[in-house]
Amino acid sequence: MEQLDQQQAQTLGAIAAATTLDAVEAIRVAALGKQGWVSALLKTMGQMSPEERQARGPQIHALREAVTAALAERKAALESAALEARLAAEAVDLSLPAPEAPRGSVHPVSQVMDELAEIFADMGFAVASGPEIEDDWHNFTALNMPETHPARAMHDTFYFPDKDAQGRDMLLRTHTSPVQIRAMLKQGAPLRIIAPGRVYRSDSDATHTPMFHQIEGLVIDKGIHLGHLKWTLETFLKAFFERDDIVLRLRPSYFPFTEPSVEVDVGYTLVNGKRVVGGSGDAPGGGWMEVLGSGMVNRKVIEFGGLDPDEWQGFAFGTGVDRLAMLKYGLDDLRAFFDGDARWLGHYGFGALDVPTLSGGVGVKP
Amino acid sequence: MKFSLSWLKALLDTQASATEIAEKLTSLGLEIESVTDASAALSSFRVARVLTAEKHPQADKLQVLSVDLGDGQPLQVVCGAPNARAGLVGVLGLPGAVVPANGMELRKSAIRGVESNGMMCSTRELGLGEEHDGIIELPADTALGQSFADYIGSDPVFDVAITPNRPDCMGVYGIARDLAAAGIGTLRAIDVAPVAGEGPCPVEVRIEDAEGCPAFYGRVIKGVQNGPSPQWLQDRLKAAGQRPISALVDITNYVMLGYGRPAHAYDLAKLTGAVTARKARERETVLALNGKEYALQPFMTVIADDAGVHDIGGIMGGEHSGCADTTTDVLLEVAYFDPAHIARTGQALALASDARGRFERGVDPAFLDTGMDLLTQLILEICGGTASEVSRVGTPPLAPHTLAYDPALAGQLGGIAVAQSEQKRILTALGFAVDEDWTVTVPSWRPDIAGPADLVEEVIRVHGLDAVPSTPLPRADGVARPTATPVQLLERRLRRAAAARGAHEAVTWSFLPQAQAEHFADGQFVWTLANPISEDLKAMRPSLLPGLLAAARRNLDRGASSVRLFEIGRRYLRADDGSSDERLSLAVVLAGERTPRGWATGKAQAFDAFDAKAEALALLAQAGAPVENLQVMGEAGPQFHPGQSATLRLGPKQVLARLGMIHPATAKAFGLDVPVAVVELFLDRVPAKKVASGFARPHFAPPALQAVTRDFAFLVDAKVPAGDLLRSVKGADKASIVAARVFDDFRGQGVPEGQKSLAIEVTLQPGDKSFDEAALKAISDKIVAAAAKQGATLRG
Repeated sequence: MEQLDQQQAQTLGAIAAATTLDAVEAIRVAALGKQGWVSALLKTMGQMSPEERQARGPQIHALREAVTAALAERKAALESAALEARLAAEAVDLSLPAPEAPRGSVHPVSQVMDELAEIFADMGFAVASGPEIEDDWHNFTALNMPETHPARAMHDTFYFPDKDAQGRDMLLRTHTSPVQIRAMLKQGAPLRIIAPGRVYRSDSDATHTPMFHQIEGLVIDKGIHLGHLKWTLETFLKAFFERDDIVLRLRPSYFPFTEPSVEVDVGYTLVNGKRVVGGSGDAPGGGWMEVLGSGMVNRKVIEFGGLDPDEWQGFAFGTGVDRLAMLKYGLDDLRAFFDGDARWLGHYGFGALDVPTLSGGVGVKP
Repeated sequence: MKFSLSWLKALLDTQASATEIAEKLTSLGLEIESVTDASAALSSFRVARVLTAEKHPQADKLQVLSVDLGDGQPLQVVCGAPNARAGLVGVLGLPGAVVPANGMELRKSAIRGVESNGMMCSTRELGLGEEHDGIIELPADTALGQSFADYIGSDPVFDVAITPNRPDCMGVYGIARDLAAAGIGTLRAIDVAPVAGEGPCPVEVRIEDAEGCPAFYGRVIKGVQNGPSPQWLQDRLKAAGQRPISALVDITNYVMLGYGRPAHAYDLAKLTGAVTARKARERETVLALNGKEYALQPFMTVIADDAGVHDIGGIMGGEHSGCADTTTDVLLEVAYFDPAHIARTGQALALASDARGRFERGVDPAFLDTGMDLLTQLILEICGGTASEVSRVGTPPLAPHTLAYDPALAGQLGGIAVAQSEQKRILTALGFAVDEDWTVTVPSWRPDIAGPADLVEEVIRVHGLDAVPSTPLPRADGVARPTATPVQLLERRLRRAAAARGAHEAVTWSFLPQAQAEHFADGQFVWTLANPISEDLKAMRPSLLPGLLAAARRNLDRGASSVRLFEIGRRYLRADDGSSDERLSLAVVLAGERTPRGWATGKAQAFDAFDAKAEALALLAQAGAPVENLQVMGEAGPQFHPGQSATLRLGPKQVLARLGMIHPATAKAFGLDVPVAVVELFLDRVPAKKVASGFARPHFAPPALQAVTRDFAFLVDAKVPAGDLLRSVKGADKASIVAARVFDDFRGQGVPEGQKSLAIEVTLQPGDKSFDEAALKAISDKIVAAAAKQGATLRG
């Protein structure tokens, strides 16, 4: 018995001293393998008398249990140490930069056009479009500006030397208003549209570019009057600037295609030298800024649009999209809009996921 | 249109302040651009008397004055004016005052060693005129010490923007009439009495072009003395921004600015024979008063005598017969010119003038006689002389214009109920005659009033636009309906997809330098402006690429090493009927480095043609194009690298996109010296997606059995496109092969010269039972046979 105790102590000592999994395995084979001494001991039990087995059996089983447990424990310890060593070897410096994905942007003009489409869709306006290379009939004549009309000269028109099949002079549209005519001719009445797009004037200085963006609005229906125009513009500007304190000043004006014609000013306050829309322009530190031209559609224009002006009437308005973008988002250089400077676009552009929605708001705060 | 408050008050009896008047003008639609008051700058200048004037001890041209402000404490002032002398009453600027002419602040100083406590000022220094020969001399009894601003009196000047429909407000009187209608004072009657004249007009006045000049009234005044006009007249003209010239010229300008009635005064001595309004003749020219020579065309109306043209009718007089100081006899012309004729002539000559501006908008055809009387009266008063009778030839268009008006229209169109009595009051005050039955006669000076809507505007603008109540537009029941068209949805989707893929959206000019446009036109028509603003902005873009390439260049010039830009917009073509054919396009430019040098990746990697292909396919997929079925073909165009470019086609003719590296010649033309990959999508050619009737998607039925993959390596001629081989392999057994992709393209050791080894992974999807060895063998054989048609053999 003493020999057995000694053998057990020796084996357990060897297990504890084993430093590799191979060494542990060798001990396991020597003890518990087919030829192992513990296995041999177990075999001897078959030949024992019941009394002898009763006396020695528990000791032999305890021996096997002890060796098995010591082997498993040592193996786990060695595996865990090996894993730790491997993980230590696999460490990386995560303070190094990760691969960079380029960040793109949506141009402020596109963003604002999406915002406008969203707001006006809620008021039942669809988006219409027309060609930018227009004929003088759609751009002028049908808008009640006959050839000798003084307002034509005020438009700084870009002309092409070409004529279309009807002999009309081709030009770059000076406003989005010809879309009014095209929409009336194509869709008839009633009608609620906005028409955003590029327009052109032969004008270039610090605050004017020969190409810019306008948005036109047109409502043709029965019983539409100036009060509806006023409400529509107020509602639109309040939604666009997300401010309830928008104050409009309506001034009589003149556009050949509307009668009566109304110029719309919006009140602003100077904040750090920049105009911030809101409040009355007559308040201290405030001022009025022209933002929209509008009016009741001239009877002649409705006629040119193929509709009966005794049956239908409506209003139209137009404003500069670039200017709205500048006012809302604090941009101050119109020329930069068309330069494609990635730094500017990265700074003033909008994220791909900044989709304007009514529930999320049609503006993006920095 | 500028005018002073004093001029306005001469025509309008009012106690209103300048601020009240300015606010009312804007609310009437006569938009105030500015109100300025020259006297405001003069409040710190004082009236002072020179007590003594001694020679300056150190300077011959200077004097040392003792100046009295009336407070018994004379100040010493050094002065260089030759007229400075004892007893003179003038204007003294004290230290602290700012000289209006040059913005200098006066200081107490020593001039050549003599202390000076201010400056005696000249007219020019105070911004009141050109006079600078000496200091201002005021009447000897002027009260000393008072502010010079108080002495000259405050007279604010209004600058009003007149809309083109209001020629009547291109005269102060018309503005006064509007103000009176709006409750600012009472319009005064025009202070003029007809002058009968002595004897018939000695010059024969004739009209040959009755269309261009329906009426021509003439009168001669003999024995006038021309010279500077009186101060009050000069002051009014200066306030209006007009330079006084001579009494005769100033008087015609005064009547034009005051009453919107242009007229012309000829020096009778320079005229020969009858004076005729006729059409210009071929090759006739005239030297106009602005010093420029104008070549006239036969549709233009001119005023001429036997010797030639003296006046571009209604636009500008001629230099030759204009009035000078030596003029003693004048012929006055008060005519009516047809607005359309004036506009055409003015546009053709590119000649703008105050007269043209009024005639082309339409002057009052009933004002010829009053205008003539005003001119005559002023000339006789100021220049003396004897007037002849008026010779009246032709008749201005005086037919009264009446409208049937329904006062309910103010509410229907204007959205505000204005009492009938108030409507009548407003219209009457504006000069309209309103009958019992609301037949409204339009005053002769309002050519802009065409229909009842114009009357509504008159009523509303005087009543007050601000009073119109906001009225909500009728709204459809329920939640707003979607309004975007498929094209708008496509555009929005692609814009955000491209931005999400890392490119910045640019908006570039629609117009390009001609050469750039031609370079990308591929022989198509290029719209080219007749009057471009510059050579760089001349031709409409046939492609979005040149604008983006130029933008990429600017970014690189600013030091960028990687540029990713895209644009969505139109390219401008021409339809067969000569109208515009504008097509939606999307272009992407990738210039420079795709990835910068990095610790993990090593050297920077430049963009290549496959970057362009990836963008093209990703965006086309977003556009709903069947990208699986696209063929990769050549002929991207001469702007592209011939070996690194392609077109993506839906069928052999339908090019949806072109892409690749740009040609070195294109790169050079745009100054680009880094690799540049580009994509151009022709969105107009992407077939519209079929719109489903509902939202439900097809049932999801994943295959019951797992797919297996098999690899094949083929040897094939190096010229055979991998895509062709892949398509053959894919089509070998459509029932089983669900995917195939190239995972290796190897040339070199072990591969015969002129060939390449393409390795393809084929994915096979079993149907209701698994593939057995025989089935797999059969599919493999089909794949090998299909590849053989492309000349490919299985690599051993």
